[in-house]
Amino acid sequence: MNAHSEIQAAPLLKVEGMTKWYGHIVGCRDVSFKMRSGEVLGIVGESGSGKTTLLNCLSGKLEPSSGAIQFDTRRFGLTDIYALSEPDRRRMQREDWGFVHQNPRDGLRMRASGGANVAEPLMNLGQRHYGKMRRATIEWLDRVELDTRRIDDKPRHFSGGMQQRIQVARNLIHGPKLVFMDEPTGGLDVSVQARLLDLLRELVRDLDLAVIIVTHDMAVARLMADRLLVMRRGEVVETGLTDQVLDDPQHPYTQLLVSSVLQI
Amino acid sequence: MTTLSTSRPNTAERYYNYAYLDEQTKRMIRRAILKALAIPGYQAPFGSREMPVPYGWGTGGIQLTAAIIGPDDVYKCIDQGADDTTNAVSIRQFFAKVADVATTEDTGEATIIQTRHRIPEQPLKAGQVLVFQVPQPEPLRGLEARETETRAMHAYEEYGLQYVSLYENVSTYGRIAATAGYPVMAEERYLMSPSPIPKFDNPKMDANEAILLFGAGREKRIYALPPHTRVRSLDFEDFPFEVQTWEESCALCAADDAYLDEVILDDAGAKMFVCSDSHHCAERRAAGHVGPMAGHQLARPETEPAQ
Amino acid sequence: MAYVSVKGGEKAITNAHQWLAEDRRGDPAVSEVEVAQIREQMSLAVDRVMSEGSCYDRDLAALAVKQARGDLPEAIFLVRAYRTTLPRFGASEPVEAEQMSVRRRISAAFKDIPGGQVLGPTFDYTHRLLDFALVADGQPPPPAPLADEPQAYPMPTIGSVFAHEGLLETDERPAEPEEPFDLTREPMSFPAGRDQRLQALARGDEGFLLSLAYSSQRGWGSTHPLCGEIRMGEVSVAFIPEELGFPIEIGELTLTECQMLSGFSGSADRAPQYTRGYGLTFGHCERKAMSMAIVDRALRHREVGEQADAPVQDEEFVLYHSDNVEASGFVQHLKLPHYVDFQADLQLIRRLRREHFERCDTLKEAAE
Repeated sequence: MNAHSEIQAAPLLKVEGMTKWYGHIVGCRDVSFKMRSGEVLGIVGESGSGKTTLLNCLSGKLEPSSGAIQFDTRRFGLTDIYALSEPDRRRMQREDWGFVHQNPRDGLRMRASGGANVAEPLMNLGQRHYGKMRRATIEWLDRVELDTRRIDDKPRHFSGGMQQRIQVARNLIHGPKLVFMDEPTGGLDVSVQARLLDLLRELVRDLDLAVIIVTHDMAVARLMADRLLVMRRGEVVETGLTDQVLDDPQHPYTQLLVSSVLQI
Repeated sequence: MTTLSTSRPNTAERYYNYAYLDEQTKRMIRRAILKALAIPGYQAPFGSREMPVPYGWGTGGIQLTAAIIGPDDVYKCIDQGADDTTNAVSIRQFFAKVADVATTEDTGEATIIQTRHRIPEQPLKAGQVLVFQVPQPEPLRGLEARETETRAMHAYEEYGLQYVSLYENVSTYGRIAATAGYPVMAEERYLMSPSPIPKFDNPKMDANEAILLFGAGREKRIYALPPHTRVRSLDFEDFPFEVQTWEESCALCAADDAYLDEVILDDAGAKMFVCSDSHHCAERRAAGHVGPMAGHQLARPETEPAQ
Repeated sequence: MAYVSVKGGEKAITNAHQWLAEDRRGDPAVSEVEVAQIREQMSLAVDRVMSEGSCYDRDLAALAVKQARGDLPEAIFLVRAYRTTLPRFGASEPVEAEQMSVRRRISAAFKDIPGGQVLGPTFDYTHRLLDFALVADGQPPPPAPLADEPQAYPMPTIGSVFAHEGLLETDERPAEPEEPFDLTREPMSFPAGRDQRLQALARGDEGFLLSLAYSSQRGWGSTHPLCGEIRMGEVSVAFIPEELGFPIEIGELTLTECQMLSGFSGSADRAPQYTRGYGLTFGHCERKAMSMAIVDRALRHREVGEQADAPVQDEEFVLYHSDNVEASGFVQHLKLPHYVDFQADLQLIRRLRREHFERCDTLKEAAE
């Protein structure tokens, strides 16, 4: 629960009856929910559950077959994101959103330095003062607990966990209203995961961020999310506050998921 | 000096249309030119043809000139700023032959100036057309090899890759390191390559009175800047765009505000600097300006006048 | 004369052209080669120049070979430049390769196929021993023996062999055929349609496509090709002039066609079938036709759902760099003067070096 969030009249994100078909195979069906700023929504499920399809539709990468996704954009107010022209949608994605990929290679320019990666969103927004950008970049590298002396190193000279921190900085430096995270700790060593999750939690709290996080890992869901959508075979089978869903799952599938998490 | 055309019978050339290209092709090129002028800096694709000169040697500029030239034009052709460099001579001869047109070395007298890698020192006037030969029209090509990607970047005005490159320049070299083909924004919308002119020449493009046409024959793109277009060289507020300067002035005419070529004089490293713009230098010398090596052979005119 | 920077223009160019003409002629004591001799006795050079020059005219191509002193990419350039000046009447009717008057037809897929294996005039089974008898002008060779029976006509294609089983994909003929893309008139654009792709490959450099095809066979994006059929012979070309409104035959072309077969694992909607790569050249350019077919098939990876991570499968890489007129022009343009930009570069590197050594000196001083 986010103690800093305020009850706002208008939602930040409103999804109604969103469905995506691949031919005659359903990707996800009839998804509806609302989000407020400062909320962290977790989408959980196993592979094949439709959570990736849902994430791609929500983040403007895949147009749904039916239903609407409305977001409170900075430029146009509350808008159906697929009613925007492609250039406008892409601008909105750059200005209002962040997207942290599971594999940092997908979310970073591997041929540019870490510093350039983090500075780029500022330049996309019109920042033209090198010195100011450099200072902002150093601040953010510090914030994600990276050695700021390494600002000019290329991503391949960093470990996976550090590359992920660069990606996080790159996706937060421009002050987005909503950040998508796709298995942000997947593929990392357990201890590295834990530290990264701590960092993410802190940032989310400090910045009052709205986050949609997709994960198959119930421990990650418990740690990060205020609310959960549990998905199975393209359908949302259960939804509610994280603690309630995980401590008292109603749907048999959720019960199965929760009970199969290894208790250490 | 303008060489007026003598009406020669177009003998071997009678098999070719005026200015070599057939009228449909010229019309196709002009349509592309109009489109390019309507969207300053946008690279308009066009059906570039094989010309008698190889791709990479000026076919884009040649096709642009061929599409717009007429018997009343006065044509100047320069390469590296000079009228007498071999390829400029070759192209000028080509048009003298196939377009039966008057040619000149005088920047002020020319109606069409075709150039490779320089903008003349003398400011251009309304009614003149400057045709640039462009090897690589895509300013982002050095950063992204794929045409499908760069086309999208222009369409969406997503130039992050370019900004990142500038940032990296400063973090590596302490300055923006591009010296030629320095990227510019046309009308604050399209990122454009000015062709491989030295950055010294970039400011001349801004709000120029003449029409500036850019032709890439091999890559099959035309782009353009209509008169009075805003052209801004990319930079940072704290690392502003700067033109090159020399400690020396021109050894022949003493010019201290022109682009200078370095000429090696001997094996021991002795060198001198002379104006790259040959006509500009000749005019200054004719007006009485004298540099320290004014007697050098480079200052002597050709024994035969350029055709 | 010394090449003083690149000035001294006009006289230098004229002199260079004259020297070139001298070198082209070679030893005046040796008789001059005739265009007709090239056309008849260097016919494979002529065929390549026609194919990559995109212009079917044996005399023209032979002249280009002579003028280019045997440098085939240079000859191809001459033909292309000439082609630019030719008026265009329109497009012919599609040529029917099945109606070809075949002089050579082989298939590696079957021991024998309807119509038989016809070796034709091929280097294939010659022993590559230099034949010094060719040095002297000898008597014309004895005529090759005639077969007892005439060849089957028309010669059935590999497609017809598979047709009744449906084993080989077929190209449906559209009821309302569209105007094909014309690469000689419009710039390439991606993703490339099949017409654009095949046109680019047909006029593409034989060496480049050969190497790409070779790389594919060695595992860089392999399509496991099998030679379904190669045929070479004459086809007639028909054209519908506007004034007449019906097709008339305007001439005959020699073509070489190659169909390469590759496997395809079916999908939920499609039963497994052999897929095809297609190659076509003017004249008898077999190596080119085969390479083209392999590369064509490799570039179809998207259609057949294959993984694409080899150079031969990269559409932009292959099609953008396959034209040797463009490639040769750009590579050789480096000979043009670049000193203005180099001057700008020199200034920068001198300044950077100065700063570097100043920094080193400062550090040294600080250390002392």
